[in-house]
Amino acid sequence: MPSATEVLRDVVLSRAGDESEWVTAQLAALGQGAPERDLHIFLGLAPRRLGKADLDPTEDERTAAEAARPGWSLDGWSVDGAARVLALLVHAGQRPFAERFKDLRRTADAAEMIALYRGLPVYPEPETLHFEAGEGLRSNLKPVFEAIAHHNPFPRDHFDEHRWNHMILKALFVGSRLSPVVGLDERANPELARILREFAHERWAAGRPVTPELWRCVGPFATDGAALADLERALSEGGAGAKGAALALAASPAPEARRMIEGRPEADDIAAGRLDWTTLEAA
Amino acid sequence: MYIDPHAHMISRTTDDYEAMAAAGVVALIEPAFWIGQPRTFVGTYVDYLSSIVGWERFRAGQFGIRHYCTIGLNSKEANNEELAEGVMEWLPRFALKEGVVAIGEIGYDEQTELEDRYFRAQLELSKELALPVMVHTPHRDKKRGTSRSMDVIEEHDIDPSMVVIDHNNEETVAETLQRGFWAGFSIYPSTKMGNRRMVELLKQYGGERIIVDSACDWGISDCLGVPKTAKLALESGIAEETVRQVCYGNALAAYGQSGQMREEDWLNPPQIDQRTLYEGNSILRGGREPVIGGAAARRSGLIIE
Repeated sequence: MPSATEVLRDVVLSRAGDESEWVTAQLAALGQGAPERDLHIFLGLAPRRLGKADLDPTEDERTAAEAARPGWSLDGWSVDGAARVLALLVHAGQRPFAERFKDLRRTADAAEMIALYRGLPVYPEPETLHFEAGEGLRSNLKPVFEAIAHHNPFPRDHFDEHRWNHMILKALFVGSRLSPVVGLDERANPELARILREFAHERWAAGRPVTPELWRCVGPFATDGAALADLERALSEGGAGAKGAALALAASPAPEARRMIEGRPEADDIAAGRLDWTTLEAA
Repeated sequence: MYIDPHAHMISRTTDDYEAMAAAGVVALIEPAFWIGQPRTFVGTYVDYLSSIVGWERFRAGQFGIRHYCTIGLNSKEANNEELAEGVMEWLPRFALKEGVVAIGEIGYDEQTELEDRYFRAQLELSKELALPVMVHTPHRDKKRGTSRSMDVIEEHDIDPSMVVIDHNNEETVAETLQRGFWAGFSIYPSTKMGNRRMVELLKQYGGERIIVDSACDWGISDCLGVPKTAKLALESGIAEETVRQVCYGNALAAYGQSGQMREEDWLNPPQIDQRTLYEGNSILRGGREPVIGGAAARRSGLIIE
């Protein structure tokens, strides 16, 4: 089975065109312990020489990525971004990986920062990258936050419950979709359900809409009267919110939850497979 | 469609971005400069450079404006030798970031020995990286400082077509143009250049190699310097083609030599940028007429939702 590095090397070289020789030579030099300055220059030149096009992975490439790291997806990656992550992986540096990562992150431009964080699932010594992952989550650049939160198994595999919950909450705050979050259902927990219900109360009090995706993390823990009352309210408001509430109620273990959606059109859509969390429109 | 090739947006509000976008500014250049008070750590300077290549570029993109920047050690802070030495070590790393269109703004402030040393060192860096140069000319002893800047650039064997001499006035423009450099003019109230004077200069010199900018920053300045000057020039009978040159085309030609600034960036942006870093310009999307002062309505409204 090819390693993550091999997957990326194939992906990059197959899109490098006339630059494949240059890429191969650079990677060889980096692999033999070239100074960090050479790494910086390669990272700077990658978009200039390889372009910034979407990677647009083939089915085979998707499968290879998934095999190398379960949950790792190349969706949303760009050619230059893949080359940058690849260079980091092959560079035989003198310092621990997390230190080199920090140094690059401090001076990264937006596209580099996105690439650096998309690479999280394939870096060595993942347990040393907690601080760095936290810095990325705190970024004010939505695409940098999404480079961690979306299509990335690192949070599912390495975040503790507190950090996981705050990532989900921030996603809702900054208007990011939840469906691309890897491990959303696996990592759902009662504390997150509580936080999200309180967030919904704040939104209602402010007269602002509640994102229907929010209810996805509430449903499995909606067992008491108060939680069901919140879903009842979302259901009564109709539209996308009602669809989200209906999906959440369908996932609730409480028998009364099933009764609340009985006879509603959303229940038919769910039963017929026409409505699920991935098809639900964000409000 | 305008370019403001000198705007310190890190000091400006979202109202300014809205107003600039509404007035037809599609791209701007943020030169690395002094931020109103001296930095006392190399690290704060590094973080500043990192914000102008990162956060500020993203912020501009949200308003449909393409943001570019120049990287350099400014002349004021060149006088702090310890800081200057530290910053110089970091510059090569930043100069290759996405959207860096020049080394700048560099040059003289009080024309000290240290200013001269770091000006020269950065001219060499620009040569090594094949980047254009943006030169800040001094406020005091301006005429001599401007001539001296050009002498030094020639001494370092840099082609004047790669260099924009900025903050020109009536006293410096003839020499700047005659020696083959691009001549920038900063429409900055009370100090550098007014737009009525600018229009007179355009009547006299035409549009070749002249570049208009706002230099808006943390001081009393106007982020609409370029569109307002364009409007005044057109009303004063300056040819449309000349106005387009000085408020758009020349800046693109000069800084485009970096390979980092192309008209396609805003006319036909890469898909991946559109999804992540750039929201697109409403004027280019909807084709509506540029207006000046679009943010005013929001500012004067009572209700905040």
